[in-house]
Amino acid sequence: MIVMDGLSKHFGPVRAVDGLTLAVDKGEVLGFLGPNGAGKTTTMRMLAGFLEPSGGRAAICGFDVATDSIAAKRRLGYLPEGAPLYGDMTCAAFLAFVAEIRGYRGAARRQRLAEIVDTVALGEVLERPIDTLSKGYKRRVGLAQAMLHDPPVLILDEPTDGLDPNQKHHVRELIRGMGKEKAIIVSTHILEEVESVCTRAVVIAQGRIAADGTAESLLARLPRHNAVRLVVPAGAADAAAMVLGEVASPQAVERLPAADGLVTFYVLAHEGAAPLAAVAHGLHAHSIEVDSLGVERGRLDDVFRALTAQEETAPEGASPEGASPEGAGSGHA
Amino acid sequence: MRSVAAIAKRELVAYFATPVAYVFIIIFLAVSAALTFYVGGFFERRQAALDTFFTFHPWLFLFLIPAVGMRLWAEERKTGTIELLTTMPVTTTAAVIGKFLAAWAFIAAALALTAPMWLTVNVLGEPDNGVILASYVGSLLMAGAFLAITSCMSALTRNQVVAFILGATVCFLFTMSGVELVLETVRAIAPAALVDAVASLSFLSHFSTITKGVIDLRDLVFFVSMIVFWLFATTIVVNARKGL
Ligand SMILES: Nc1ncnc2c1ncn2[C@@H]1O[C@H](COP(=O)(O)OP(=O)(O)OP(=O)(O)O)[C@@H](O)[C@H]1O
Ligand SMILES: [Mg+2]
Repeated sequence: MIVMDGLSKHFGPVRAVDGLTLAVDKGEVLGFLGPNGAGKTTTMRMLAGFLEPSGGRAAICGFDVATDSIAAKRRLGYLPEGAPLYGDMTCAAFLAFVAEIRGYRGAARRQRLAEIVDTVALGEVLERPIDTLSKGYKRRVGLAQAMLHDPPVLILDEPTDGLDPNQKHHVRELIRGMGKEKAIIVSTHILEEVESVCTRAVVIAQGRIAADGTAESLLARLPRHNAVRLVVPAGAADAAAMVLGEVASPQAVERLPAADGLVTFYVLAHEGAAPLAAVAHGLHAHSIEVDSLGVERGRLDDVFRALTAQEETAPEGASPEGASPEGAGSGHA
Repeated sequence: MRSVAAIAKRELVAYFATPVAYVFIIIFLAVSAALTFYVGGFFERRQAALDTFFTFHPWLFLFLIPAVGMRLWAEERKTGTIELLTTMPVTTTAAVIGKFLAAWAFIAAALALTAPMWLTVNVLGEPDNGVILASYVGSLLMAGAFLAITSCMSALTRNQVVAFILGATVCFLFTMSGVELVLETVRAIAPAALVDAVASLSFLSHFSTITKGVIDLRDLVFFVSMIVFWLFATTIVVNARKGL
């Protein structure tokens, strides 16, 4: 339902978005990730018809955003970055205005407004001028505005920015719930959000796609993804190393230097599966004392850093060693 | 169009949400009365007519209309709400017209509040009410032309003060182009055709024919086409600069 084909935007010499090709279907919630200045907002602005693409094309529900913009905008709910709102209006007046623009009249309008106020929990601030609301409430008004006409496509630029943990959870539930019958793009810097709401994640860096896949498939890029993490007291380390040598190939076993009297081992996954049972069985058979044992999933933050760290520092003309060693290099030790 | 009405309504409410609107109306009424009675010598002339009142309108509008119109687009750009407005399913033309109509209606309301003057002259004597009505129509049209210019200047910047200065400057040029002093200067350096062209663009000359009670279609067409032209220019500027 959202199609981008070679979409580009140049600001003078700056290539903010550089040939993005991407399609988002109904039922997908796409998490749009990337470092500051990667081009997320610029891409979303082009999809929403606020910026004209410098090259390529984009369509919402089959309507080209440049040539058929009104039809495209009708089918789109858009939360701009920073959720700008008419601050001198009250929430109620503002939402009534949006409903009118979106073609709701009379009783249907009242009913829809009541529904949306309920959905984003705005009831208690309805009669207050938007300027006097806290940041989180303003964001909720922005969300209400975007979802008011129940559009098949939603584009939300950092929707949970500024919300308290309860509201974050609530908004994520909301997005996940709507995701079943809509196509949604959500940009975010909170990577746990991707795992909890998105069916798919796209990482962009310098206007280009750096990775595209489910949160799980991005995590699989980490060398230590699904590795077994074993911590034993330093005294049992050598015995443990021997056991691990029996259940896994020598290249798959990493031994970290002792710290605080404990030694940590990683047994890397074999064909994606964690050799947890084999390790546990071996340790048990040799009665080795274990401090902790578990499967390492890795964190999306690490994937994100690995994917974007070099690219981020490159334009500043940084020397090669400036490219964050702990990011790209993690796991290769 | 419903979206034009929705936008105009929102805008009009926004005007009255701040004290600026009331201050504007009071200044307009006070200054126009003061100019008429003191500078224009309304009583000394012992005539039941409002021509002195209308004579000052171009000069008054020169500052007051840019003050009303400066926020039209500059504020939307400053607060970022232009992103909200231009990503809703409304054409830029509808948004430009809606905003213009709201500001124009506001000015019309201010103008309507000068009605006591009209009543006064009717009490004092027997004025030519046809002339007065024509003058009101001419004044409103001229205000619309000033406002359309300001709307376009407001779309050029995110700074309301800059919008005001640009608006007042362009409005000033269009007013002054009819003053004999300016025409003399132009005559000295340019061919007659250009002098005529400059003079024909003057708000002053078109307005003064109307206030004499001569409703010439050409004067009406002039102001209406000024409004249309500058609103069209606003649309182009908004589209070209909204993302910058
Ligand atoms: N109006 C503009 N004029 C010039 N350059 C711009 C403009 N808007 C964006 N850019 C540039 O385009 C690039 C992409 O910006 P964009 O706002 O899309 O990043 P982003 O991915 O949304 O970042 P963030 O995570 O900080 O929100 C940046 O280098 C930015 O400076
Ligand atoms: Mg952004």
